Amino acid sequence: MRKQLGLYIHFPFCIQKCHYCDFLSFPYTKNTVKSYLDSLFKEIRAAASYHDEFDISTLFIGGGTPSLMEADDLLRLMEALQTSFHMEKTGEITLEANPGTLSMAKLKAARKSGINRLSLGLQSCRNVELKLLGRIHTYEQFLKQFEYARLAGFDNINIDMMSALPGQTLSDYEETLDGILDLEPEHISAYSLTIEEGTPFFDRYNVESSQDLPSESCERQMYHLTNHKLSEKGYHRYEISNYAKTGFESNHNMGYWMRKNYLGLGLGAHSLIDNTRFSVPRELGLYLKFWNQPKQIPNMAKHYYENLEALTLAAQMEEYMFLGFRLTRGIERNKFLSTFGISVDSVYGEVIKKHIKDKLIEETKDKQRLYLTARGIDISNYVLADFILEGSVN
Amino acid sequence: MNIDQSKIRNFCIIAHIDHGKSTLADRIIEKTGLLTSREMQAQVLDNMDLERERGITIKAQAVRIIYKAENGEEYIFNLIDTPGHVDFNYEVSRSLAACDGAILVVDAAQGIEAQTLANVYLALDHDLDIMPVINKIDLPSAQPERVINEIEDVIGIEAHDAPLISAKNGINIEAVLEQIIVKIPAPKGDPMASLRALIFDAVYDSYKGVIVFFRVKEGKIAKGTPIKMMATGAEFTTLEVGYFGAGQFIPCEELSAGMVGYMTASIKNLKDTLIGDTITNSVNPCSEPLPGYKKVNPMVYCGMYPADGAKYPDLRDALEKLKLNDASLQFEPETSIALGFGYRCGFLGLLHMEIIQERLEREYNLDLVTTAPSVIYKVHKTNGDVITLTNPSNLPDSSEIEYMEEPVVSAEIMVTTEFIGPIMELCQERRGIYLGMEYMEETRALLKYELPLNEIIYDFFDALKSRSRGYASFDYEIKGYQRSDLCRLDILVNREEVDALSFIVFSGSAYERGRKMCEKLKEEIPRQLFEIPIQAAIGSKIIARETVKAMRKDVLAKCYGGDISRKRKLLEKQKEGKKRMRQVGNVEIPQKAFMSVLKLDDK
Repeated sequence: MRKQLGLYIHFPFCIQKCHYCDFLSFPYTKNTVKSYLDSLFKEIRAAASYHDEFDISTLFIGGGTPSLMEADDLLRLMEALQTSFHMEKTGEITLEANPGTLSMAKLKAARKSGINRLSLGLQSCRNVELKLLGRIHTYEQFLKQFEYARLAGFDNINIDMMSALPGQTLSDYEETLDGILDLEPEHISAYSLTIEEGTPFFDRYNVESSQDLPSESCERQMYHLTNHKLSEKGYHRYEISNYAKTGFESNHNMGYWMRKNYLGLGLGAHSLIDNTRFSVPRELGLYLKFWNQPKQIPNMAKHYYENLEALTLAAQMEEYMFLGFRLTRGIERNKFLSTFGISVDSVYGEVIKKHIKDKLIEETKDKQRLYLTARGIDISNYVLADFILEGSVN
Repeated sequence: MNIDQSKIRNFCIIAHIDHGKSTLADRIIEKTGLLTSREMQAQVLDNMDLERERGITIKAQAVRIIYKAENGEEYIFNLIDTPGHVDFNYEVSRSLAACDGAILVVDAAQGIEAQTLANVYLALDHDLDIMPVINKIDLPSAQPERVINEIEDVIGIEAHDAPLISAKNGINIEAVLEQIIVKIPAPKGDPMASLRALIFDAVYDSYKGVIVFFRVKEGKIAKGTPIKMMATGAEFTTLEVGYFGAGQFIPCEELSAGMVGYMTASIKNLKDTLIGDTITNSVNPCSEPLPGYKKVNPMVYCGMYPADGAKYPDLRDALEKLKLNDASLQFEPETSIALGFGYRCGFLGLLHMEIIQERLEREYNLDLVTTAPSVIYKVHKTNGDVITLTNPSNLPDSSEIEYMEEPVVSAEIMVTTEFIGPIMELCQERRGIYLGMEYMEETRALLKYELPLNEIIYDFFDALKSRSRGYASFDYEIKGYQRSDLCRLDILVNREEVDALSFIVFSGSAYERGRKMCEKLKEEIPRQLFEIPIQAAIGSKIIARETVKAMRKDVLAKCYGGDISRKRKLLEKQKEGKKRMRQVGNVEIPQKAFMSVLKLDDK
């Protein structure tokens, strides 16, 4: 069997940056997008021939706002990918989409091109909140596009939503939650708002003292309401922020938590291949310039990729633990042993014991699996920090 | 080589902080050609990193300069730099004993300040001739005439021929050099008498052992001279003598009466060299040692603990090395339940404490946890015993205490008249007793207060500066002890007493201090798995309480497409934070919380 690879394509353009977002993205202009796509296609071909030994099991087109692409460009992109890489027939192919950039025609084109999963950024069902967040669409626009998406044949749709928004009450939040559940999407990503440095929200809301943000207890109520309502409706939580109907977990994202090989193409995209992490340059000018030179050789590692790091065994174990524990099923003792040739208890025995004692980690009866308790999930950073090994802290 | 005593001038420069003492020293060195200005790094004499950064002089430094005067003669100047801050009076005192005169630098815009006076009095105590110099005359706000009159009125020394200079811009430095010859007396002392030399400083060199800095008062010392330290009785054979170049030691044949220099003798044991001791010839000893320095005792104590318990021996080594040329530093081992093994250290004042702490951290690469500073209390017990208390934890049970005494200082605060109100208010809050006020001139006054030392060791300087917008200057001297109503405030974290957080406080301020301390600790102690009560108590009585709520949420929701670097960084930071915690019972307390008592003034 050939090796499998998750593929991520980054499209770093938006009509307008959302006020809470610190992602890598730029204002959309026709010309920049054109030259960006030219470069991206070259990169796709170069990378595909370099990583010839892999089959693509999942594909995720993210951003930015990749749904900003014209239907033609989307088709060209998919075609470039399909002709360059070995794509698995049944693989999951996701397009991240902003409801304000979709149309029936575009959705049909996307579906036809092979995209079989949509991830829709809704965030809230209340227009006043959407405006506050700097979203470019209304709830009504979203509803229409959601309906179109179903009509276009998308039977695997994720909706992104956010809690703990400035000024939001518990009943406001419940309105969003109910609005989304009514639509019966296959997958829901429920995040609580984090105020990131360098965003307009950071300047507007002082995290420490802001009266505008919901209180901690209100935030916790929202969080538990999410968990409660979603499980009632048949969504199971498989990752800290992700809920799905059985069989609709995001295979691509699972790859990140399980440390499968993945390759990121496009500006600033991250990769993990055979325990080496690296990323594409984050500077747009640099990226375009590189791919404008004739005949770029596929072996670009030395002078192209940034943050190139061959992970030490310790770093691999750390990742295995702090990524693995994000999944509600947790980590498996056997798998750790077969991956690293050493038992998890001989590396993390003390830490595991301590957290089991504090009821933050539990193990299954057969002791095969270890996973975070509900309380452990609430304060997962506190728990996971202990899995950083001594001496590996820089 | 025979040097004519009448051609030697040994002097120091004294000034209030920032009046330009070190800059003038630099200009003198530059003008006399010891270094070209290109070779000069700003402020040659302040060669500790810490001194350059803070713009202050901590350690005395010395340098020999050859000056060719207008009369055609060559003179040897030995310039000894002195610290300006009140905490370092002891250092000043040591340097002064090696000099015959002092240049008094006064800022032409600021005039006389509190430390100007303190330093002048110290110089007069050592019978030094004082030569005033008015600096910063190029400032738009300079008023040299006013300052000259002030010097004559307040200090009572002739100042009308004082050179008007700008050390920064090199204006009129020649006048200073010429006046040194006239105004600073040449040293006296019989070069043929038996050796008497005063040790004023010492440094440790890993190759040469202790390098001793001294002033020869009588006789001479050369390579091979058998010597004896009169106080310690240690005997050595001199290996090398020499004088101070700019930033280097220059060996020479001999040093005779009136000269300043250094010697080495393979002195390995730090304890053999006492600052203030007299060196004599062991074969032909003098009859009497030179009068030693005024002995200065530490006024402020605090506990210093290595953050990493394994570094305890390193801390001891470092303290011993620092003590070598800082006799005022004292330390003895102590143990804290919360902090483990460390030292109770005694300092001259808060700045001295900070400097030592920073030197330990920088020069010796130690990570330290410091407890709140404490003064020395006298505890009179009911059985008639009197205890000298430097560590609050050792306070006997209140039933055994008859009464307690605390040290008080007489303080002089110089302030522009518009800030008299706020400063008096501050002194009032700190239990000050108003002694009087003198107007220096129309816009400036000298406030005199008696203040308990324990009220000024925490944040008095900062409060003074902020309430006078930086205009007040301050000096104090210890006056004695007075009976006072004091008690020990204990802090309980999760119902366990944390010994390192206890401190002695005036009973009338105990409630407020306790409350503020709990509030501060609530901020400093991160949330943990369970709720943590923080209580302040006097004896068994709880007087304040705050609660650190249990951790409820600490989760990074998002994980951006494949980019785990942010998550890793966050966890690493958290892990690093955990390492900097002290486990007390089952609560983790960050190291900086132990110093939080220092920052309770919220004005």
